[in-house]
Amino acid sequence: MREKQIDKLKDYKYGFTTDIENVRAPKGLNKEVIEFISKAKKEPKWMLDWRMKAFERLKNLKEPNWQKPKYPKIDYQDIYYYSAPKSASEKPKTIDELDPKLLETYKKLGIPLQEQQRLNGIAVDAVFDSVSVATTFKDKLNEVGVIFCSISEAIQKHPELVKKYIGSVIPLTDHYFATLNSAVFTDGSFVYIPPGVRCPMELSTYFRINASQTGQFERTLIIADKGSYVSYLEGCTAPMRDENQLHAANVELVALDDAEIKYSTVQNWYPGDEDGKGGIYNFVTKRGLCKGTNSKISWTQVETGSAITWKYPSCILQGDNSIGEFYSIAITNNHQKADTGTKMIHLGKNTKSKIISKGISAGFSDMTYRGLVDISSKAKNSTNYTQCDSLLMGNKCGAHTVPYIKNKNPESNIAHEATTSKISEEQLHYCQQRGLNPEEAVGLIVNGFCKEVLQQLPMEFAVEAQKLVGISLEGSVG
Amino acid sequence: MLKIKNLKADIDSKSILNNFNLEIKPGEVHAIMGPNGSGKSTLSNILSGKKGYKVSGEVLFENKNLFELETEERAHKGIFLAFQYPLEIPGVNTNIFLKTSLNAIRKANGEKELDAIEFLKLVKLKAKNLKFDEEKLNRQLNVGFSGGEKKKNEILQMSILNPKLSILDETDSGLDIDALKTVADGVNSLRKKDNSFLIITHYQRLLDYIKPDYVHVLMNGKIIKSGGPELALELENKGYENFN
Ligand SMILES: Nc1ncnc2c1ncn2[C@@H]1O[C@H](COP(=O)(O)OP(=O)(O)O)[C@@H](O)[C@H]1O
Ligand SMILES: [Mg+2]
Repeated sequence: MREKQIDKLKDYKYGFTTDIENVRAPKGLNKEVIEFISKAKKEPKWMLDWRMKAFERLKNLKEPNWQKPKYPKIDYQDIYYYSAPKSASEKPKTIDELDPKLLETYKKLGIPLQEQQRLNGIAVDAVFDSVSVATTFKDKLNEVGVIFCSISEAIQKHPELVKKYIGSVIPLTDHYFATLNSAVFTDGSFVYIPPGVRCPMELSTYFRINASQTGQFERTLIIADKGSYVSYLEGCTAPMRDENQLHAANVELVALDDAEIKYSTVQNWYPGDEDGKGGIYNFVTKRGLCKGTNSKISWTQVETGSAITWKYPSCILQGDNSIGEFYSIAITNNHQKADTGTKMIHLGKNTKSKIISKGISAGFSDMTYRGLVDISSKAKNSTNYTQCDSLLMGNKCGAHTVPYIKNKNPESNIAHEATTSKISEEQLHYCQQRGLNPEEAVGLIVNGFCKEVLQQLPMEFAVEAQKLVGISLEGSVG
Repeated sequence: MLKIKNLKADIDSKSILNNFNLEIKPGEVHAIMGPNGSGKSTLSNILSGKKGYKVSGEVLFENKNLFELETEERAHKGIFLAFQYPLEIPGVNTNIFLKTSLNAIRKANGEKELDAIEFLKLVKLKAKNLKFDEEKLNRQLNVGFSGGEKKKNEILQMSILNPKLSILDETDSGLDIDALKTVADGVNSLRKKDNSFLIITHYQRLLDYIKPDYVHVLMNGKIIKSGGPELALELENKGYENFN
């Protein structure tokens, strides 16, 4: 008889904790804590003022509640908003001076930071709880004028760029979680690609939540100047804990004339245990502005982790002839929930958008695709193509598709296709009759289902992502 | 090769097979004929390892208790079922499916897996023999295939996997006369002294092309009569109703 499979959750190989001494802001959300964060990051006054403005606005905002996954009330006073390894609060000059425990942590996560072990052709910014602990290949990138550093460092060293673009895509008052992030954001990455430069490496940020009872408020800002190109990838993991932890990120992308940004996410936050206990609340605002003509922003996401995923990486197609793309694989298993999709806002003429969404639900999980396509009256001759496919495994999970379509331009064209299918016992039996075990069978079917999206990932990560897709569904058959 | 003793199968406490006995020796071709609902597909499902039946009795394949083997392990040991209704698997390329299947079986038997080039060479040859449109192999598995193409695809897989025991569940239903002949050729080309066949059909037509060694008549879940090829003709003349 086939050996019964190992428990999926023992399989969350990133569930370990690093025992490291932390510096924390006092618990709770108040002015003092925001001042603490700003001070810890040695921010200029304008940044603190900006945070305070967000904090003031937050008082008049309420958490949105239109989403499908409901969650218990979050006590915002019961969260640590800043936690950093003690050794990193006085930031070392070089990676060799990093706390060995941190180096070991990233090595275990498959992201070696030391010079001799680095991943080839990929520059990494490593964010641990509330701080960026290291960024690799900085010098090499500097040579071509690419700035790749933590947002904290950018605020100090490139204030003119940060000032100009921060909040320019996601306004301070956008919605509750975006505003909360603006008040208390801690770290994330900053990228600037100068005009005409094709970034010579993949840029990548690796987010790690380690400390308990701590929220992570990541802020990332990427600017591709005229005629430039960058491909950026983020990965995320967290230890296994009984509590729910909040990750509320804001990511802003700006593409100027003829520039292209390719943004990929492989999200593998701790999903909670088999009974739905613990796991990350991944409430994220991601938005890209195609500001220039002929600009292009492409989002690719593989969302396999988190107890709840709630995010809509969006494109505002402001420049004429600009292009927005969204490729998504979202997988929920056990008691995970996801409400994810995109918004494509067509403002310029001849703008194009494409949405390919693949949702897979298994166990008792629930998945919603929610997407908006909005073509304004000025966006002449614009097109959208949406394809939304759901795959169900078993009959205790749910899949929902909620498209919102607003077309105010008669010369523009929107096409929407949706399918829902199920991996049936019969299909599995058929594959097994041909010699595949149930995991191989599911892997084959699921990878076939996701192929179009997996192909969008940078090659170095596509294989990893394919494996992750298989692992995320382990234990959901047989 | 295959010994079935006193097989009884229930589904939802409804008895479907009852006191079913059959022995197939290496190299033999057996045909089972029976009216709709007599339990033919149930038999092939149970032999292949499909879940959901309450079974008792004994089934030995090369002296191993089949009930102790998972479906894929039975496939590794050389049992092949050409499904009455082949499944569609959207998104999965037919060639990739065939290659994954062949290599899974080869691997389980300690044989070297075929690389893409070796595999394509093999599949091209087999497709040609079966007059199977190669272009279809680049499509999603069975999606948009006609009934006849699906059946031919089963025979193509059979000829690639070269199984010891092939069970064909009404592979002839819905085939035109040309396709019927090709399918028969496919079976006949695999007929060797170690390869056995269990051919399920309700028409004697197919048996004009594949000469069985034995014919069994299945009614209400048990074999009521066994004989040589002449039994098929007798059945065709009398019809099932008058056969009792
Ligand atoms: N899943 C099932 N649930 C209930 N009855 C079934 C099921 N599958 C088959 N049967 C019944 O078992 C009997 C035999 O079916 P089957 O083996 O498919 O017949 P055949 O292939 O000879 O036409 C039929 O009466 C059929 O209705
Ligand atoms: Mg049948």
